[in-house]
Amino acid sequence: MALTDFSMLELARRLAAGETSSVEAVKASLDRIERLDKKVKAFLLVDARGALAAAEASDARRRAGTAFGRLDGVPVAVKDLFCTEGLATTAGSRILEGFVPPFDATVVRLLKQAGLPILGKLNMDEFAMGSSTENSAYFPSHNPWDLTRSPGGSSGGSSASVAARLAFGALGTDTGGSIRQPAALTGTVGLKPTYGRVSRYGVVAFASSLDQVGPIARTVADAAALLQLLAVHDAADATSATTMAPDYATRLDAGVAGLRLGIPREYFELEGLDAEVRAAVEAAAAAYKAQGATLVPLSLPHTKYALATYYLLAPAEASSNLARYDGVRYGLRVPAGGLREMYAQTRGRGFGAEVKRRIMLGTYALSAGYYDAYYLKAQKVRTLIRQDFAAAWEEVDAILSPTAPTTAFKLGEKLDDPLAMYANDVFTLPCSLAGLPGLSLPCGFSRAGLPIGLQILGKPFDEATVLRVAQSFERAHNFVRAPPLGEG
Amino acid sequence: MAISDFQPVIGLEVHGQLLTKSKIFCGCSTRFGAPPNTHTCPVCFGLPGSLPVLNARVVEFAVRAGVALGCRINGRSIWSRKNYFYPDLPKGFQISQYDQPLCEHGALIFDVDGVEKRVGIRRIHLEEDAGKNVHDAAGGDSLVDLNRAGVPLTEIVSEPDLRSADEAAEYLKALRDVLVYIGVNDGNLEEGSFRCDANVSVMRKGATELGTRAELKNINSFRFVRQAIDFEIARQVGVIEAGGKVLQETRLWDPQRGETRGMRSKEEAHDYRYFPEPDLPPLLVPEGMVERVRDSLPELPREKLLRFQADFGLPAYDAKILVAERPLADFFEAVWKLYAGNAKKLANWFTGELQRLLHEEGSSLASLKFSPAHFAELLKLIDAGDISTNAAKDVFAEMFRTGKAPKAIVEARGLGLEKDAGAVEAAVDAVLSANADEVAKYRAGKKQVLGFLVGQVMKAMKGKGNPAQVNAALRARLGD
Repeated sequence: MALTDFSMLELARRLAAGETSSVEAVKASLDRIERLDKKVKAFLLVDARGALAAAEASDARRRAGTAFGRLDGVPVAVKDLFCTEGLATTAGSRILEGFVPPFDATVVRLLKQAGLPILGKLNMDEFAMGSSTENSAYFPSHNPWDLTRSPGGSSGGSSASVAARLAFGALGTDTGGSIRQPAALTGTVGLKPTYGRVSRYGVVAFASSLDQVGPIARTVADAAALLQLLAVHDAADATSATTMAPDYATRLDAGVAGLRLGIPREYFELEGLDAEVRAAVEAAAAAYKAQGATLVPLSLPHTKYALATYYLLAPAEASSNLARYDGVRYGLRVPAGGLREMYAQTRGRGFGAEVKRRIMLGTYALSAGYYDAYYLKAQKVRTLIRQDFAAAWEEVDAILSPTAPTTAFKLGEKLDDPLAMYANDVFTLPCSLAGLPGLSLPCGFSRAGLPIGLQILGKPFDEATVLRVAQSFERAHNFVRAPPLGEG
Repeated sequence: MAISDFQPVIGLEVHGQLLTKSKIFCGCSTRFGAPPNTHTCPVCFGLPGSLPVLNARVVEFAVRAGVALGCRINGRSIWSRKNYFYPDLPKGFQISQYDQPLCEHGALIFDVDGVEKRVGIRRIHLEEDAGKNVHDAAGGDSLVDLNRAGVPLTEIVSEPDLRSADEAAEYLKALRDVLVYIGVNDGNLEEGSFRCDANVSVMRKGATELGTRAELKNINSFRFVRQAIDFEIARQVGVIEAGGKVLQETRLWDPQRGETRGMRSKEEAHDYRYFPEPDLPPLLVPEGMVERVRDSLPELPREKLLRFQADFGLPAYDAKILVAERPLADFFEAVWKLYAGNAKKLANWFTGELQRLLHEEGSSLASLKFSPAHFAELLKLIDAGDISTNAAKDVFAEMFRTGKAPKAIVEARGLGLEKDAGAVEAAVDAVLSANADEVAKYRAGKKQVLGFLVGQVMKAMKGKGNPAQVNAALRARLGD
């Protein structure tokens, strides 16, 4: 087993035991990135010098017995949506070309404070808008399980880097499924925490009422360990929760015996649900029953409105959040005759087609005369979707569903059909709209050898139960494995 | 038809900067006059990933304004984004309040030519200020200074209850006085910490339907408010009389040319696409804050004005000058407590010598060198006949400049009046015997000679004679 095959916690154990060093782990990762990222294209920027310096400092702490914590020295990488002090941050967009933030996002600061070297910045759909990384202004990322396929998105660089073992773990963001769907398509574990659980300060905003930071990892325990670092109150984010996070590790192995797991009818009746995906998820549900859980059929009647609701609210917020990219203060500026022309040229050239589409959608939904019919109506439906879940929590402890309706699709396959692309998020959107925690973990493989994701949804701030349910499955039916990447 | 056939209807929107030390959504300083872009941070610059966090002091200041203006304070209000592009607006939207403001349904009462006027306050909401574009930079470039970006503002919107430019100007003054009194605004129009827009329409007298309104921008002085509104009323009446229609539009006041000019029509008006700010939870007024603010509010200008007239028997004119600024009114009362003599006399000293010296020396009450006790002591010296009113002015001037006690000044400069009746008698005797001719003239009926004799006595006494005492002694000796 190569060093890069270890889980974060296994590497952490070996670092603590002195069997390896952070510098070795970083070098092994950098070497693997050097060899394989030509194919995977997960990284937009590799910060070899910064990562090595952090690793050396970590090793010095280990030698001095002053390690910052369990994960001190474990190399990770972050989506390029997080501001990193002194390190270019693009959000996958041309409009932020050349932008070097003067500050770290809170989550980046937390990683650094815990001693984790940061290998670099990961590819993504521009401004996190997309489900395939094909909307990246730079290049698409490739699925390590089949390089002709997408690793999902928008956090596709994050999922691809973890699946390809270029990084031991990664941070992504999830607005409508951007952590969970890429995790499902790459056979990794992706967790979107409850809205407010993790600080958004320094995270380039897409849709503020939905954006949430979370880990993508190879194992449930790794995801729990990363979440533990991130789940702290941040006074710089007015929507950051003040409730203390529990110790996720201690509850991880409690099993599912006695738990009630909901099976939402609407999620399994979807027309576009792939038969193999459906079969794998149903098999996972049966496995839970065998482990002592009670399966509870339930209905979330407003599920069918989630997609439309999301595609009104998220673009509306985005149209406002992206107004700051005007060429005046930072990033791209296309010089032009007058002010209006400068705006038009800068934004015209700086934004890609999908971003422009969503800015127009959102601007329209907020316009005088349309606000009530679109934005306001969507907010009301969002409340109904929340109420669906609130009622479900009276009956169950967690909810099981597929994460994505299909396995990884071919790059280019849905590029000309935005609606087909949007439909890929149909199972992840309701959870986002309700602000709930949701996790995707591998629950099988298709006959073509592509990973299938199981989604587990939990009550607000009950990540502990979500992780515990996931861990229970992973221990019994481990689908964590390395993709068949050539080592050339 | 004439202007007098029309009834103007006016409402004002006033932006007042709140005097907090730091900005509304970050910790940067609000101080005016710093080098460009030095009071800034990622939030001020609208950097990607930056987020607003509400400064709690701002809420307290706005609640003070709301309570002072008799508003209902909404326990829960909503932040909204007002979206538009402008280089001085770093995020491409302003965080403001829209359909659920912090304060509603208040009123301001003030006098216009001695008649009480009540104007409804429709709402008071909070918002952040934008930065400033600087156009006269070398090289012809426009530059942006974001020091102002994020400075807390209250927007105070009146009902359309004003009926003339005079009323509008008086309203603005009264509003400014209240905000300055309660310590939430410095009332400084020049530095832009108090700004005003006006909505103006005219309707034929007796009509029931309001006319179409124009919104006037850039009227940032009391004089301009009057001029701009008067101009606009005349313009609208002219349009109607010529058979035209007043358009709904935004017009810019041009102080150089003394006219308003069309800026954008209703069709060109921005669609600000307001929607609730997702980065900020609803604004919840902390339990007990309204009561605490109500208990801590000072006496407001109008209450004080009425009290000064009632309690001190002062004419409205004097009372108005004294209460115009709270420190002046406070100082008056402090002196009064120690003096308690003739209030009108004290008021005269305030409106006369004190104001004159403050003006001449360019100083303020805050930097006064003498105490209320000194002031009271001086008045008592006058009342007791220890010094003349003329000498008192000199004493006051020295007290103003040095802070020395009046008694010490009087003694050092020998300005005290002679109080020994014997000394007066002696001087009178001496003058009478030295001026036998004049005495004879007086006795013959030429009474105006008395003035000459008083002058001689005063001279003999080296100016220390008390004129009244000297007068009385002379008359007694001359047998009147």
